[in-house]
Amino acid sequence: MSLAYLIKRLLMAIPTLFGVAIVVFVLLRVVPGDPIAMMIPPGARAEDIEHLRALYGLDKPILVQFGHWLVDMIGGNFGTSISLRQSVLGLVASRLPATLELSLTAILLATSLGIALGIAATYWRGRWPETLVDLVAGLAMAIPDFLWGLLFILGLGVLLPILPISGRLDPRLETDFTTNFYLIESILRGEFAITLSILTHLVLPAVALALPLTAAVTRILKSALKEAMSQDYILMARAKGFSKARIIWREAFRNALVPTVTLSGVQLTFLVGGTVLIERIFSYPGIGNMAIGAVIDRDLPLIQGLVLTFAVLFIALNLVIDMTYVLLNPRVRHG
Amino acid sequence: MVERRALGAALSNGRVLFGLAVLLLLVIVALAAPLLAPHDPLEQDLLSSFEPPFWRSGADANFLLGTDSLGRDILSRLIYGARIALTVALVAASLAALLGTMLGLLAGYFGGWLDAVISRLVDVWMSFPPVLLSVVLAAVVGAGLKAVILAIIVVDWTRFCRIVRAEVLVQREQDYVAAAVTIGLSRLRVLACEILPNLAPTLTVLLTLEMGIAVIVEAILSFVGLSVASDAPTWGGLIQEGRLYINQAWWMMALPMFCVIVTVLGFNALGDGLREALDPVLRR
Repeated sequence: MSLAYLIKRLLMAIPTLFGVAIVVFVLLRVVPGDPIAMMIPPGARAEDIEHLRALYGLDKPILVQFGHWLVDMIGGNFGTSISLRQSVLGLVASRLPATLELSLTAILLATSLGIALGIAATYWRGRWPETLVDLVAGLAMAIPDFLWGLLFILGLGVLLPILPISGRLDPRLETDFTTNFYLIESILRGEFAITLSILTHLVLPAVALALPLTAAVTRILKSALKEAMSQDYILMARAKGFSKARIIWREAFRNALVPTVTLSGVQLTFLVGGTVLIERIFSYPGIGNMAIGAVIDRDLPLIQGLVLTFAVLFIALNLVIDMTYVLLNPRVRHG
Repeated sequence: MVERRALGAALSNGRVLFGLAVLLLLVIVALAAPLLAPHDPLEQDLLSSFEPPFWRSGADANFLLGTDSLGRDILSRLIYGARIALTVALVAASLAALLGTMLGLLAGYFGGWLDAVISRLVDVWMSFPPVLLSVVLAAVVGAGLKAVILAIIVVDWTRFCRIVRAEVLVQREQDYVAAAVTIGLSRLRVLACEILPNLAPTLTVLLTLEMGIAVIVEAILSFVGLSVASDAPTWGGLIQEGRLYINQAWWMMALPMFCVIVTVLGFNALGDGLREALDPVLRR
């Protein structure tokens, strides 16, 4: 991959980040009219309000406020959460690993399942497995992750209670973790009872999150494989007498991967955005759940820090998707 | 006639028919809610709270689908919920389409700095998780039906803008546009009278899918408690309440979920079916 492209792509993220900062500032500081009104309990005295206003620099012109705010944000100074009375940066850092573990599990699940289903549908084209895959992908795509989550809670948590539906691990197994990457740490420590508990807690939220992306990968890969299978080099491979499985896997799959990565990229960002509700539904202690809690508590500094965190996560994710695309596509790689 | 053939193709498509049937049912239920609902959806009767639905033993024939924690009739609440769902679907989706299409048309046709600004705006918008953005918006604007509609418009206009812009870039290069410019039509006229009608199939599909999304977003915002006032019968609100009593009365969550899922599947089937039906006819 050319370094110049990488640098150009990174530089392009800067104006987007700046735009994100403006939107957050306008949305949370300007639109509500009076941010102090969002923070204070009802019945606060007038001098308390004035005091707070001076404390947060809200008596200064709006552009000056934006400048101060931006400098704070860049310096990682997100302020103190009003409801939890801790530094926002610390809170985000302690909850982010849970969200990352959940999202990565879901992404891994969705891509492997999507690839398997896409290949299966191509291998058994025109027979019942293809119809089944189409049906499953259609349903997985039409119903949003939020409703999948609730359906799983209803089906596998209540009517047929076989899996846990809330939290990150069995509270009885809670130990002193050094990091907040519980899953990875428990594996490294070799405490597999804890790993198992974490995994069973992860299954339902991860599958609910993964289903729409799985469907997208399946559908796009399937049509890309169909396209690839009609190319001359496939005919050549057939003439050489290669088996169907080998042709699909070794020849067509590589070429079908490029459009699959590009087109399912958007769905991938939706998956990460989906953690907001899924974590809420499953009482999973990540930043998404925390974000909704912050909105309900009207905890302005915390909302701000979390929205910015998600935005940075999204921009980084788009960068990674672009990079993968460049890595996979030889024409762009050598061009 | 191309239009008639397109209509024929659409109506012979199974998915379109399923979608239309669901939509029609939704409209009828929403319009005739006062006639259909056996009770006032807000009427509380604390003596008969948590009545089970008809298929469980001990059901009260008066309350076909049972009652909630305050003794309100669940069937009536579901029926009135259709009104809110339909209102949000129609109003929010149309307005999001209007805003997004206008910006997309301008960006695609005029290009230059206008395109740069609008495209950058879309990029920035896409950097936020849609759900989080609508939750924050609804919280900032204040709960209520208007806030929900506003949140959907502000969050989802980008869906229309991106696709319309890309489509205009293609259409702009077509001969008919060059012809229209040659005979001296103004640029806005070309955009509104020549290019826009050619986007109608794409827009119809997008609008239908957006209606499904609007129903979901409304359910999501009621679920987190940011939609209309908490005693108003919204499907999302009913789901939220059902989630609280899920171990005692699972149907309280299952019934409104069923309504949301059927509605969403209906809009999706209609959108996908229309895409299938309209595409080949127009390519011919």
